[in-house]
Amino acid sequence: MTTIIVIYGLLAICLVWSLLKSLQKTIQSFKVAARALWKMAPGLLAIVGVVGLILGVLPPETITKLVGEEAGFLATATAAVLGAVTLIPALISFPLAASLLRTGATVTTIAAFITTLVMVGFVTAPMEIKALGKKFTLLRNSLSFVAALIIAGLMGVILR
Amino acid sequence: MNLIKKFKAPLLLVLVYLALAIWWPDISGRSNKVAFDYLREMILIIPPVFVLMGLLEVWVPKEQIKKLIGAGSGLKGFFFSFLMGTLPTGPLYVAFPMAGTLLQKGAKVSNIVIFLGAWAAIKIPQLLVEAEFLGLPFTALRFTLTLTAVIIIGLVLEKFIKPEDIPQ
Repeated sequence: MTTIIVIYGLLAICLVWSLLKSLQKTIQSFKVAARALWKMAPGLLAIVGVVGLILGVLPPETITKLVGEEAGFLATATAAVLGAVTLIPALISFPLAASLLRTGATVTTIAAFITTLVMVGFVTAPMEIKALGKKFTLLRNSLSFVAALIIAGLMGVILR
Repeated sequence: MNLIKKFKAPLLLVLVYLALAIWWPDISGRSNKVAFDYLREMILIIPPVFVLMGLLEVWVPKEQIKKLIGAGSGLKGFFFSFLMGTLPTGPLYVAFPMAGTLLQKGAKVSNIVIFLGAWAAIKIPQLLVEAEFLGLPFTALRFTLTLTAVIIIGLVLEKFIKPEDIPQ
């Protein structure tokens, strides 16, 4: 809800400002927006579809089963991969992580899951490539994945 | 024909959803719900973000972006990118087109990585939810380590990404 208010508030301010300055440039902005949206539309729709499929096959209960009870490196690696391939809104992922902790997952596993979830986007990679290029996307995501594992390891040691 | 080619991935997914509805109704039920929720969120968030992007493209001159977050913008560029990322403005896929526009306008690669990293991992409302569920020590430590990692990744990408690697 905050997100919606912030975006539309920001848009309203910018639009009023733009309209006061030049109608022509405002229309041009809408044209640029429409062109970009049309270019990105297939990717955006595909994200919706793939996220639905992944969370349909892997509901939170299944994720809990996969990484909840097991400890050790395998659970952490599984959690990191799950975090990288899924796209779960933060409001769902944090309660999920808390329930994983209660079922016996380690801090390392939870940290790996949360960190790859937010930093690595497998499903969104095609969109990222379109906007920022293949090299940028591959480097950013692979380095973020490695960083997530290191962050997870450090957090496990520090928060023991 | 071109339209079918352009939308082949979403169309393929529609076929998968139809197959699920016929053979695996329980997966289908969950998938439909998630996809529908996501679609609704996108329809609300995507159009204003793209219009903002259009306004940015039309109104803000290249020189200004360069000065603010381009080469030589230094610490000020870093803080500005970080702050832009922490605004509560929705999921990461929304940030890619925005980041692309900024890069084309001369933003520094490291600042774009920091912008994306802050957008994804260091959102203020998100941190509050995280602290509530996982505790302040967890959240504070993850915040610090993630920020460090994002800065290092930004510096590495700065070295490897050349202007010709960025799509126009």
